[in-house]
Amino acid sequence: MSLISVKNLYKEYGDNVVLEKLNLEIKEGEFCTLVGPSGCGKSTFLKMLLGQETPTRGTFLFEGKPFPKEPSVERGIVFQRYSVFSHLNVLENVMLGIELEKSRFFGKLFGAKRKEAKKIAMDMLESVGLENSAYKFPSELSGGMQQRLSIAQSLVKKPKLLLLDEPFGALDPGISADMHTLIQELWKKNNLTLVMVTHDLHEGFHLGTRLLVFDKIRHDPHAPDRFGATITYDIPISDTSETTLNKIDKSIKKREKNDN
Amino acid sequence: MKRLMNLRPSKGTAIFLGLLPFLLVAIMYLFASDARLAENPNDKLLPALTTFSEAIDRMAFTPSERTGEILFVQDTVSSLKRLGFGVLISAILALLMGIPLGLIPYVRNGLSPFVAAFSMVPPLAVLPILFIVFGMGEIAKVALIVIGVTPLIVRDLQQRVSEIPAEQLIKAQTLGGSTWTIVLRVILPQMLPRLFDAVRLTLGTAWIFLISAEAIAATEGLGYRIFLVRRYMSMDVILPYVAWITFLAFLFDFIIKKFTYKMFPWYTAGKETK
Repeated sequence: MSLISVKNLYKEYGDNVVLEKLNLEIKEGEFCTLVGPSGCGKSTFLKMLLGQETPTRGTFLFEGKPFPKEPSVERGIVFQRYSVFSHLNVLENVMLGIELEKSRFFGKLFGAKRKEAKKIAMDMLESVGLENSAYKFPSELSGGMQQRLSIAQSLVKKPKLLLLDEPFGALDPGISADMHTLIQELWKKNNLTLVMVTHDLHEGFHLGTRLLVFDKIRHDPHAPDRFGATITYDIPISDTSETTLNKIDKSIKKREKNDN
Repeated sequence: MKRLMNLRPSKGTAIFLGLLPFLLVAIMYLFASDARLAENPNDKLLPALTTFSEAIDRMAFTPSERTGEILFVQDTVSSLKRLGFGVLISAILALLMGIPLGLIPYVRNGLSPFVAAFSMVPPLAVLPILFIVFGMGEIAKVALIVIGVTPLIVRDLQQRVSEIPAEQLIKAQTLGGSTWTIVLRVILPQMLPRLFDAVRLTLGTAWIFLISAEAIAATEGLGYRIFLVRRYMSMDVILPYVAWITFLAFLFDFIIKKFTYKMFPWYTAGKETK
């Protein structure tokens, strides 16, 4: 059974069609990257996976059941920024997920249970390479370290699906290469299912197992909102050759030029 | 020669420049006072320093003949009690209202227009109502401070809560938080230092309401005293009292600021670099 199952899905805001006739199956253990021109609805689709938005029509199933209509523990998220808690230090940031689950009223653990949570969180920090910054506040961390923290925060919940919303878009190229290695490693080690939105086509091409390109097929220059985007390419990463990359790159650039 | 806008004073010069206006005002006062007293030794408007020290000695170091209390201490204690209770109650109320207003759409839609309208009521205009309802005792004065200050802090906190990035709130939900635990673990701790900031900034307003209420109906208090001795044009008492009130206001501002820095290192971490 697929983890995510999308059939003939539409998303509209009034007359503005964002996504149309979307069909997609994502199995457990896949690492999908979503690329496409700006305004093609890839972020909207991610928000629907997260529970921040709901589709207008169509079938949208998570483990065979309709998607929960608000964010939940099954689906972790790493945003481009602002997704760590500035008032907690690095260790507490990771512990929070354990505490919120185990202490339903106070959201805080004490004594032996706290110690146990601390140990789990420490192990998680080690696996993202933040063990030496456990007692720093997020404001003292670099952008790359904050993203490592945000990933650790989500992974401690063992989500069935981890969503990444342009997670490395604001980082320096060198740092973002390190992050690519880290995310590949974590994906393999923890048997994660990942969906990552990126604006960087090369990133999409070299990370993960499957590349999904969102774009509009039909276009009416007089009413740009009339038609929505759908999946135009759905290719396994092993198939990705330089020619395909150039072809997709060209079509995205063309669309962005048309829109401006 | 550099442009004026690029010239920076050395540390010593900076301190001297900071003190200069105080010195100038003091010197001007002494000259003006001397000039007036030379013309009329009974002038009360700008008393000489000796008159001040006599007045301070009478108010702050000699027990009152009538009650045996030291008036200055009595005035200070009762004023600070009113101010303290007023501000404390306001802060607690503001926390209880500001967080739900900022976070929960149902509360916001239900109460926001009311809070906005209520905060427009000029507090001093309802002072007579407070005196009628609560009598002339302490409650009316504390209530005036609460009515005057709470809406300001509520609106500030509501604003701050709604400024928390949506990403954080969504993240907290994916970590398994309920509305209640998210308030407890994410919003409240982030709001506390902002509450202290808001309290600090509204202290000036609180003083205004305190002194107004005391001026109208009280039997002791800093505001009561200056309005009482006004009848005898006792500038020798009024001016030291004003200086004392100013000093207290400055002191509380300073203490709250230091306390916030110490208690919430993460809050100021981003600010100090600015």
